[in-house]
Amino acid sequence: MATHSLIPAGEYKTSYAADTTIFPTVTSRNAAILALILVACAPLVFDRYILSLMIQIGYLSIAALGLNILVGFTGQISIGHAAFFGFGAFSSAWLNNVHGIPVFFAIPLAGLMTTAAGLIFGLPAARLKGLYLAIATLAAQYILQDFFARASWFSGGVAGTVAYPFSIFGYAFDTDARYFYVVLSYMVLCFVLATNLMRSRDGRALVAVRDHYLSAEMMGINLTKYRTLSFGISAFFAGIGGALYAHYLQFVSVEGFTILFSIQFLGMIIIGGLGSIMGTILGTIFMVLLPEAMEWLTSSLAGGAIDRALSLKNNISYLREMAIGAVIVLFLMFEPDGLAHRWKQIKAYWKLYPFAH
Amino acid sequence: MVDPLLIQLIINGLIVGALYGVVAMSFVLIYKASQVVNFAQGEFLLIGAWACWWIMTAHQVPFVWAMLLTFAFMLVLGVAIQVVVLRPLIGEPIISVIMVTIGLSIVFQALMKWMFGVFAQPFPPVFETQQINIGGVQIQTVYLMSLGISLFLMAGFAVFFKYSKYGLAMRATAFDQQVAQSLGISVKNVFAMAWAISAVVSSVAGVTVGIVNGVSSALSFYGIKVFPAVILGGLDSIAGAVIGGLIVGLLENLAQYVDGQYLHWGNLYEIAPFYVLIIILMIRPYGLFGTKDIERV
Repeated sequence: MATHSLIPAGEYKTSYAADTTIFPTVTSRNAAILALILVACAPLVFDRYILSLMIQIGYLSIAALGLNILVGFTGQISIGHAAFFGFGAFSSAWLNNVHGIPVFFAIPLAGLMTTAAGLIFGLPAARLKGLYLAIATLAAQYILQDFFARASWFSGGVAGTVAYPFSIFGYAFDTDARYFYVVLSYMVLCFVLATNLMRSRDGRALVAVRDHYLSAEMMGINLTKYRTLSFGISAFFAGIGGALYAHYLQFVSVEGFTILFSIQFLGMIIIGGLGSIMGTILGTIFMVLLPEAMEWLTSSLAGGAIDRALSLKNNISYLREMAIGAVIVLFLMFEPDGLAHRWKQIKAYWKLYPFAH
Repeated sequence: MVDPLLIQLIINGLIVGALYGVVAMSFVLIYKASQVVNFAQGEFLLIGAWACWWIMTAHQVPFVWAMLLTFAFMLVLGVAIQVVVLRPLIGEPIISVIMVTIGLSIVFQALMKWMFGVFAQPFPPVFETQQINIGGVQIQTVYLMSLGISLFLMAGFAVFFKYSKYGLAMRATAFDQQVAQSLGISVKNVFAMAWAISAVVSSVAGVTVGIVNGVSSALSFYGIKVFPAVILGGLDSIAGAVIGGLIVGLLENLAQYVDGQYLHWGNLYEIAPFYVLIIILMIRPYGLFGTKDIERV
């Protein structure tokens, strides 16, 4: 329906298709395409360090997107997302190493395996909501973490497991510049998938379950089905993200998928904006850059009086943890709608400039 | 003949379970009074134990005075958290409240590691005799003390809620906030008081565990272990929390016994309560003594 270059003032929409279109104007569609082309040029411009950060943002944002569908759109809470992310990473490595399935197929299959695992823990989710679900997923986090350490046939036990690089027809995507395109294509695919899901009947049903589950049930929405479904979808995206992570690092260790990592995922979607697909990316960028910012801050303070008094250099890891906790608390107190909301306000400001209203 | 190891483990289970019960009780107190699920309960133990340890070792203060100073500190901390962080969030969705307490727990945990390091620090000895013999079983004095303190705190809670004016005000608030307000109870004060009491009681548990095992960041795991206990007992029942805590403590130690004697899986001790938690949530999510909220369309 992209026929105008600007949105006309007032509501002129005459069909649902016009109301649910992804790009309301030609300009917004062109801007999105241009942004994608610019991002695709990144390996030509940036060095390895920035590229690795961008790849991190890529696979983490896919997993965070899954969590946002669960938390932001369906209103269910999960504190075990990192465990599912880890499950995806191990599944993909396991499929490739033990069953000889090429990585190209192992990544989506790992997504499906994680969906199955998610549904097992999602069974209580079908009956539970809010707080109880949060506690159930907390238990899932610890049980899965224990499973990774125990099941050496699956995860290599405490030694961890090797994951071979992604390749098509013998062409290995083993450098950052090459793997960047793998992650980028998955990211585009997943985000288009999620955006379209939210435009569909099922997506609207999820939002209805979040907004008022009793009314939703009266409208004929099957609560059990949609709660379980959203748990499955969230696990699927976590699995894809985890698989991409495994084949990027080419090694998966059992230690990485702690509860702190789960909380980081929750932090991403809270900072970005619950129930905002665009916000998921913004929140992930924020969360990935936060430790880098802390690093930069401590190194710029190095040698000074503050550094000596607090011995910042030796405690940088605690400083990072504290920063994660502190931004979550501060965002919830002062900007509960996240960066997506702020972004809208900035856009509105420039659209209306110089008239505030 | 019963295996002496089993008896020892059951006694351990009861003692640890009583401590879980105390922590669960203070968790339920906050939940009942202000409908906040406090994921930072374990950090109250941690902060309390470190504060007491620091006062005792850095300033050579006798135990009793150090304990009193710790109480005062925890009182202020509890009220401060409620007023500064949680009061602005009243009426926000449950995810915000949960995340804020999770955020706080991360901040406190990292701060404690930063200030005191990651290694367990032993408490200065509090008792003259280390072990006493009861009925042929060697029991450490600190364990007995911890059991005594737990029972004392539980009895204290019972008396407080039954007879004192503030306890009654809290029960009224937990029952119905609007009605309580119209009867002249300051709901704001009740919330602050619930947090203060919860912080102080948790710090007692923290110091007790600290004396037994040394103070380290492992203490905050008690805050996670509280969930199986409260879900088992029912989220809004204080008696249930105590019983849930005892069951979880016993269960852990029995799991360790079964694991060590027969299964040899290792680490079952840590993870068994979470399996129980999932099972309870599937068959009886309101727990043994919780209120069953009925929702029908």
